[in-house]
Amino acid sequence: MSRLISAAKIRDTVERLCINANFLLRRDVLRSLKKAYARESNKRAKEILSAIIRNAHLARKEKLAICQDTGLVTVFVQIGENVKVIGSLKDSINKGVQLGYRRGYLRNSVIKDPLLRGRPGYQPAIIHTDIVKGSGLALTVLPKGFGCENKTQLKMFNPTTTIREIKSFIVAVVKEAGPDACPPYVVGVGIGGSADYSLLLAKKALTRSIDRPGTGKPGHISRLEKELLREINRLNIGPMGLGGKTTCLAVNIQSYPTHIAGLPVAVNISCHALRSAAARL
Amino acid sequence: MFKIKLPFEARKLAGLKAGDTVLISGTVYTARDQAHKRLARALNKRSSLPFDLKGQVIYYCGPGPKPRKKIIGSCGPTTSSRMDVFTPKLLKAGLIGMIGKGRRCRQVVEAIRKYKAVYFLAYAGCGALISKYVKKMKLVAYRELGPEAIYQLEVCDLPLIVGIDAKGRSLYD
Repeated sequence: MSRLISAAKIRDTVERLCINANFLLRRDVLRSLKKAYARESNKRAKEILSAIIRNAHLARKEKLAICQDTGLVTVFVQIGENVKVIGSLKDSINKGVQLGYRRGYLRNSVIKDPLLRGRPGYQPAIIHTDIVKGSGLALTVLPKGFGCENKTQLKMFNPTTTIREIKSFIVAVVKEAGPDACPPYVVGVGIGGSADYSLLLAKKALTRSIDRPGTGKPGHISRLEKELLREINRLNIGPMGLGGKTTCLAVNIQSYPTHIAGLPVAVNISCHALRSAAARL
Repeated sequence: MFKIKLPFEARKLAGLKAGDTVLISGTVYTARDQAHKRLARALNKRSSLPFDLKGQVIYYCGPGPKPRKKIIGSCGPTTSSRMDVFTPKLLKAGLIGMIGKGRRCRQVVEAIRKYKAVYFLAYAGCGALISKYVKKMKLVAYRELGPEAIYQLEVCDLPLIVGIDAKGRSLYD
């Protein structure tokens, strides 16, 4: 028996998620920023963290975008094998993004042709669909700005590469981003799969809670997350790149089986305004 | 803490030091990637600019659409380094200040020193907060660029940090 879900319901959900993600900073991110503020001893870093926290409160209260760069929206869809969508899944998502962005006065940052550029609009969203068992439908909206998206890197390592080399690559990516992509960062890492898949994992990692990133992961992965976090926070980049111990709020690694000949590692950095919202239908 | 009114007290900018905190009031112009490309093209062709750069300050910002009953949408700074390739030309034409986030290349630091300009940092990723310092917004040029159009903003006590001063000293060195 298949479960029927209407395109209209998907559209309305995406619309709501777009608005929530952009106005309401994730609770886990806000908690992490507050903790960083309490821990930070650098005066300027503290002053900037305080502005970031005030910005989040103001955005929530006044229904303003946390950041004007409301991204090229990425929507992750997990659709159960038994679900039948009445209407078009893709169209309903794009329509939902358009409606949400219009209603929330969120920025139109999408241009139709990467070379010809042209007048900015709202569509299309980047949609990743995953077919899973069951009859549920889960939607996650990630409106990530491009200041930090521009700092994404992929490296295809040899399978005999040491953990140390992998670590220094990830730390170097953050170092290169430096002050430019709105630190403190959340660092998403994808290890394994193919080139494209590791990049997808790195981005997906950003949708996971940063309260306890290691939860449910194998020991060697959560250990690696902790070590990376410590190393990155020793870089003294700090909020806005002006120094301090708060360079990174969390490192979130997703790993996946890979080929005997390879070891892809992808790094996707998020600015401190890490925004996402999810719903299950 | 310094208070500066633009453009009238523009001469004061050259006296600032990297690391100073400043409250800016008065006029700034938004311009980012595509607007810079067009301004640079106009300068190359010696055709007229949509506003006189002399003594003015550019804010690297593409604001969100104006919500009802608000003056402007979220309007934080965008990454300045993308404008680096155009900046020396604009400084030569009389631009005296820039507001953005992040590092600048060596050529830009050199041009800032040469033309005695200043590069400010605004609170990065705090577009909602910054919108509260904007008192007026007016479209100046390139409407078809949407958020990348040039807007004239009137700001009041906008808090900024001097990133690179007129002597070429940088906070990121």
